[in-house]
Amino acid sequence: MTRKHVAAALALAAMTAATAVRADPIDEAEISINGGEVTLPTRAPAPAFLKDVLPEVRSGWLYRDPDTRAMQMDDFENPAMVFVDQGLESWDTADGTVGKSCADCHNDIESMKGVRAAMPKMNKAGDSLWSLENFINDCRVNRMGAEEWGWNSPEMKNMTAAVSLQSRGMPVQVAIDGPAAEWWEKGREMYYTRYGQLEMACANCHEDNAGRMIRADHLSQGQINGFPTYRLKDAGMVSSHQRFVGCVRDTRGETFKAGSDEFRALELYVASRGTGLPVEGVAVRH
Amino acid sequence: MAENVKPRVKVPKSASAGDVITLKTLISHPMESGQRKDADGKIIPRSIINRFVVDFAGTNALDVQLEPAISTNPYFEFDVLVDKSGEFTFTWYDDDGSVYEEKQSIEVA
Amino acid sequence: MNLNRRKTIALGAGGVAALLGTAALAQTAAAPAAAPAAPAAPATPAASAAAAKTTDQWIAEFTGGAEVTDGGVALTAPEIAENGNTVPVSVAAEGASEVLMLAPGNPTAGVMIAKFGPAAGKREIATRIRLATTQDVVAIAKMEDGSFKRATANVKVTIGGCGG
Repeated sequence: MTRKHVAAALALAAMTAATAVRADPIDEAEISINGGEVTLPTRAPAPAFLKDVLPEVRSGWLYRDPDTRAMQMDDFENPAMVFVDQGLESWDTADGTVGKSCADCHNDIESMKGVRAAMPKMNKAGDSLWSLENFINDCRVNRMGAEEWGWNSPEMKNMTAAVSLQSRGMPVQVAIDGPAAEWWEKGREMYYTRYGQLEMACANCHEDNAGRMIRADHLSQGQINGFPTYRLKDAGMVSSHQRFVGCVRDTRGETFKAGSDEFRALELYVASRGTGLPVEGVAVRH
Repeated sequence: MAENVKPRVKVPKSASAGDVITLKTLISHPMESGQRKDADGKIIPRSIINRFVVDFAGTNALDVQLEPAISTNPYFEFDVLVDKSGEFTFTWYDDDGSVYEEKQSIEVA
Repeated sequence: MNLNRRKTIALGAGGVAALLGTAALAQTAAAPAAAPAAPAAPATPAASAAAAKTTDQWIAEFTGGAEVTDGGVALTAPEIAENGNTVPVSVAAEGASEVLMLAPGNPTAGVMIAKFGPAAGKREIATRIRLATTQDVVAIAKMEDGSFKRATANVKVTIGGCGG
């Protein structure tokens, strides 16, 4: 057998395997919530920089089981809404030495409409890329005289959930040019870098194999437009950085920390891959 | 006491006499099963909501005994027959002795 | 070259893993769906046995030893649960005064006992439960005439690829 033949045989074997495990996402065009009161498109044309690798970008909702999908289709059955409620309560609660609540400066939380859709973005000083969590902690420390919340603390996730809900349905649109370009580039590089003993990059699962099964798990495109999300496994809210930590750890690698420069850069890049998908604020995943 | 325990109930605002209406309830609670271990390998003691009761206008509709197999943030969906305007009382009983109560009225024409 | 080789290896490994996954699914799917009428043997680990009632004890207490017949109860549960932590289930039994639900494959078998009062609109209740492993969930209804009816539903609990 020549090398060429071996390669052909291998390719054929790979194709057979791929055919055997095809498990495409469902066809649904939108997530219909509360009997059609809110509808969220599940697909968007891929952004220009992905045109050659993905035909379109898709919500992770399409890859989940019917029962998991159903939980997101009713705001009462969506367990994330419990945490949104707690976030709303915290919005109106004064904290810190200044004795102010979020509402004292920002009025009704509806003023946060659109904020989540543009996250992460450069801070006002223009010297760093900030996630929603950074903006919240900046307010707490500098305006309220309160202590920072931990990135994955319940208080923080309740608040990001409540703020995300205000942007529900708005298309993700993050700035990746100007001073953010450097961060985006770094995030892109991370996305294609193999980590851990298993030597796996984000792209290996979420670009090359989205729609296929990894053991009993249906791989999605790894979009973060639904985050923070209620995850059935954790029976609680999960931030995008928390999910990144889990993914890198699953490669048997040392992970970066939630809130690190690395994960904020990755968050920007992954968010940009979902450009045009609606903020699902707040999703249910498994 | 479990932290941040918050009940939510979904009751229609109005109904016609004799209607059977569907109610949904959810309470944020960890439902610690007593099966898990902490970082030091010690069993985390059981701490769950062990009973949930629904009354309508003083008459019982549902009385549930919950075991640790009920998921975190216990959710229930059930039906109640309403023949007159009245108030629903929802009561959750915690292992630690706490009692959480929520009330909601319905107009029945 | 090195990159290509890596890619090939990764693909190969992925294919094998995927095939294994399919085989495993096929196998579980081929397993007999109908549950045996007799309740599964309790598998309570010693550590939690102290206070936990076995499946048999739950049933004996609930029925007082009366005969339980199959049918007359609708137990709805997913065939495959994406995560065993939050499995939606519902039980409906027209004419029932109360229902017992058990998960015999869990460390403790009890799930709930729901009693319907005079204001109940239907003899039906839905909730979300934890299943430690693939198993037959059991529902037994106590009917108003004093008889007992049973339904079982097999739920396959999958282990996702991504524990993170």
